Amino acid sequence: MGRWLAARVAHAIVTLAVAATLLFFLMRIVPGDPLSRLSDDRPISPREIARLRERYGLDQPLGRQYAAFLSGTARGDLGVSIEFGRPVTRLIAERLPATLLLGGTVLLLNFTLGLWLGVRQAVRRGGATDRWLEIASLAGYSVPSFWLGLLLAWLAATRWRILPSGGMHDVLLGPDAGMVPVTIDVLRHLVLPALTLSLVSIAATMRYQRTAMLEALALPFVQTARAKGIAERRVVWHHAWRNALFPVITLFGLWLPILVTGSVFVEQVFAWPGLGSLAAGAVGGRDYPLLMGTALLASALVVAGGLIADLLYALLDPRVRHA
Amino acid sequence: MSPAGALLRAVWRRMSGRIGVVVLAAMITGAVAGPFVLPSPIAQPDIEHGGRPPSLAHPMGTDQLSRDVLARVAGGARVSLSVAAIAVAMSIGVGALVGLFAGYKGGAVDAVAMRLVDAALAIPRLFLLLLLLALWERIPLVVFIVAVGATGWFGTSRLVRGEVLRLRESEYVAAARALGGGGGRIMFRHLLPNAIGPLLVAATLGVGDVILLEAGLSFLGLGIQPPTPSWGGMIFDAREVLVTAPWASVFPALAITLTVLAANLIGDALRDAADPRSA
Repeated sequence: MGRWLAARVAHAIVTLAVAATLLFFLMRIVPGDPLSRLSDDRPISPREIARLRERYGLDQPLGRQYAAFLSGTARGDLGVSIEFGRPVTRLIAERLPATLLLGGTVLLLNFTLGLWLGVRQAVRRGGATDRWLEIASLAGYSVPSFWLGLLLAWLAATRWRILPSGGMHDVLLGPDAGMVPVTIDVLRHLVLPALTLSLVSIAATMRYQRTAMLEALALPFVQTARAKGIAERRVVWHHAWRNALFPVITLFGLWLPILVTGSVFVEQVFAWPGLGSLAAGAVGGRDYPLLMGTALLASALVVAGGLIADLLYALLDPRVRHA
Repeated sequence: MSPAGALLRAVWRRMSGRIGVVVLAAMITGAVAGPFVLPSPIAQPDIEHGGRPPSLAHPMGTDQLSRDVLARVAGGARVSLSVAAIAVAMSIGVGALVGLFAGYKGGAVDAVAMRLVDAALAIPRLFLLLLLLALWERIPLVVFIVAVGATGWFGTSRLVRGEVLRLRESEYVAAARALGGGGGRIMFRHLLPNAIGPLLVAATLGVGDVILLEAGLSFLGLGIQPPTPSWGGMIFDAREVLVTAPWASVFPALAITLTVLAANLIGDALRDAADPRSA
């Protein structure tokens, strides 16, 4: 196990390092000087540009830039944002809680409701429930998230006036408001973006679970359990479902990055102060250190997701780690 | 019948596949015929009185700048479908080539290629594109399409490589080699055709992904640049008049949804046809 674990972790680190390298060189082969835009807004002297280039290390040879980038990244230094003039790690740290809250809620919804619906579909395979859920989830998958968000915001905020349409905090709530009102306020703001993101992404979880459950239900031991006269509900949830959870672990690994990436459009629509809207906003300002930072974080999450999924597999199924 | 022909026939036999094909065909027809029968998608004939509801003259109404929404949806279809078709063709082509070579050559070629692909797969496509769009101001449409295509082939290469590894040592490949077939002939005539099924599935699902991606980027104002109509851009333009002129955003949103749905239905039907077990 120890050896297997070490190899798997090493693989993850190499993957991440190569991803960082790809990002770095992608940035250098694209034409256009990230600093030229600064001069659009206000007159800027060539001397000032030279100073800025020096500050961002753009005057150094490529090899040295790359070395500085790698060692900086390894030390957790992602550079300074061009637009905000503050360390990228600081900006990311500020926005991370909002994104984790939104992404975590969506993951929770998908992995409770989505799994339950998938199992129901499998149990009633080919029936009306199965078919309707299939169509509904596929429709959700096909709707552009930002439009669904606009629509829900209009319905819930403008028409019914039951939920706020954007942001994360009510500005009228003073800084001295208690813990409970603040929590309720944040949760109220969370409902619409979480619902939107979940509606457009739950289809994948449902399908995975449905397929896995169908395979599990076809296994001989399920038939044995039924033959022994065990109640169908128990057969489904106690016997079959446990075996249908394995493939879902892979899906969990794939979904972890949704914490950061899935929310770019939805955060923008609901003005949710997370990483997605930070990244989208950074494009206009050509804030490449900030974009690199968010892209690196997202890549790290993807790699971590795969690693966690593999670890869970190994933990639950000894055949994996002995293979 | 060729394997591809058999697959397409199998798609048509399935209700969901048939719906997908019909919807997609309707979209393509609208996209191709639009410019000949509809008003210009960028003309603003009556800018004082924009945002009119659907009528005989404007079946989908007009937007706030008095542009005909139907013409813009058709124009958007031209752009979105072309972007999707070209980008997906590119990523499928490159992915198939890399997968074929890596799988067939094996050894160091395979190891290096797959490490790179693993790393590229770890970077979310959206972030790659955001970074590119940030650096390249006023990106030309061609470059945008190439960028979307160039960021979409990593998964495909893994798919094809897996198929090649499975078949590389099979007897019919050994027979082809014994008959004097060279590497190129074996790769393209004997190995590639076996990957056509998974490739077609990946392509149709890829079309849906690219359309959503392009719509999202255009919605952020980063994808297709105005005045060229794009579905995502139309929704962005119309978000201020969401309530007073809902048709200006509902119809492009429906166009996106239906097209992506059609692509997914066809992809599912293809998968079922290629692998009946997963149905």
